[in-house]
Amino acid sequence: MTIKVMTANKAISEAVKLAKPQVIPVYPITPQTSISEYLAQYVADGDLDAEYIRVESEHSAMSASMGASGTGVRVFTATSSQGLMYMHEVLYAAAGMRLPIVMADANRAISAPLSIWNDQQDSIVQRDAGWLQTYVENGQDALDSILMAYKISEKVLLPSMVCLDGFILTHTVEPVEIPDESQVKKFLPPYKPKHAFLDPDWSMSLGTLTDPEYYMEARYQVEEAMEKSIAIINKVTKEFEDIFGRKYGLTENYMCDDADIILIAMGSIASTIKEVINDLRAKGEKIGLLKLRSYRPFPVKEIAETVKNAKKLAVLDKSILFGMGGAIYNDIKSKLDKETYGFIVGLGGRDITPKEINEIIEKTKSPVRDITWIGLKGGQQ
Amino acid sequence: MIEIRFHGRGGQGAVTAAEILAKAAFEDGNYSQAFPHFGVERRGAPVMAFTRINDKPILSRYQIYDPDYVIVLDDGLVEVADVFSGLKDEGSIIINTQNEKQPKDCIYPIDATGIALENLGVPIINTVLLGAFAKHSGEVSLNSIIKIIKETFPGKIGEKNSVAAKVAYDSI
Repeated sequence: MTIKVMTANKAISEAVKLAKPQVIPVYPITPQTSISEYLAQYVADGDLDAEYIRVESEHSAMSASMGASGTGVRVFTATSSQGLMYMHEVLYAAAGMRLPIVMADANRAISAPLSIWNDQQDSIVQRDAGWLQTYVENGQDALDSILMAYKISEKVLLPSMVCLDGFILTHTVEPVEIPDESQVKKFLPPYKPKHAFLDPDWSMSLGTLTDPEYYMEARYQVEEAMEKSIAIINKVTKEFEDIFGRKYGLTENYMCDDADIILIAMGSIASTIKEVINDLRAKGEKIGLLKLRSYRPFPVKEIAETVKNAKKLAVLDKSILFGMGGAIYNDIKSKLDKETYGFIVGLGGRDITPKEINEIIEKTKSPVRDITWIGLKGGQQ
Repeated sequence: MIEIRFHGRGGQGAVTAAEILAKAAFEDGNYSQAFPHFGVERRGAPVMAFTRINDKPILSRYQIYDPDYVIVLDDGLVEVADVFSGLKDEGSIIINTQNEKQPKDCIYPIDATGIALENLGVPIINTVLLGAFAKHSGEVSLNSIIKIIKETFPGKIGEKNSVAAKVAYDSI
């Protein structure tokens, strides 16, 4: 075990080196680029024995990932924003073909207006593709989540997207513990596919045309796999904790037990919210945070249990479904019968400080509208 | 928690300096964090970078608005960027300048360019200013700064930069 000060992009790359994928098709895009550079370096230096494919686009990156994963090997790729959008149709195919690809997405806003800065719209709009989606809070979470994603995906047979906030995490250095290879070997042994994979000695086709006799069943199997992944994620995070000592889950519940108001959020913003909660708790205010780590599967039962005693919920979204509020807000509203307010924050890299978090808490105590855009110049109509 | 804001121009190494400082602070046994201002970086354009140092894990995930220290890599920036913005009452500014007379008591001038030219032969001043900061603030040890400089720039370049940082340290 070594602790080093590094960016989350470096932490992701270290995790990939430990997970030992055999094929890495990747196309660079800000703010993901340094992941593709670190991995190219590891392969060139002989530190990682993988086929590094310099594809000509993200569409090809995901297509090559599918082809490689279809042969039954471990695969890694990474992208961001427009690149993820360009992958869109292939993402559905990867999930439908049940390929356990792991991808990092450096969360970045979508054009137009063109922005290289952070929000989560890029991965949110891929939520129905059938991928598992984990949103990480810091560099350590990024590293650990990659290792867990392989283990989870290879059991569930659905691909995993590990989402990390662009710049806020990808370009921030902080201490990150790199686990020993021997520990990782114990947690994540080499991948041995059990089911359908391409093998010259045992020929078969993958991803064939499916007529109306079978299509619905195939889709239902994805639905079932997503449902079953809840238990698998809980099992894998427990195994991770037993070996590495760090506790993860579908959610992280921070001071929720006696909270009157619970904030619900994903990603790096959770840290700032915890800072604000610590201050408010010192003043006797009962505020809690439910951090969603897993957005897909959406852990409905776990959320309902955590918020059951809260009077109000405040949901923070770095995405907008026009006319409907943010994505998490909509999910919460559709599954929970609770007084809930939605807040749109941090689009296109707008900074979120304790002032904005306090404003959200105040606006939840004395609400004037269901969905509020925070920090909007000129205010909201 | 100690918060440091760097003002530089693209290419002067403000981001690298912020990262070296964070790594050195970690080396001293603290928690630390460093990140660039999330801007599009162009050579010569005003840029910012930030470092936080704390004895506890750092939760703050936003830019630094009320710094304890400001480090200015180029005195020309005082005209174009609000380097004083949010500076705490007891805070101070280290500025690379040849002008020893400064308008406020909280500004500590150092001829980092002169030290760099003498010791490196080129006007690269980020490591020089880290040496000056270590002495001025006492928030980070010179040993750790030098260790990380050598890690960041292996070989002769690291050696020379370490000497320059030490000269700056001793000049305060």
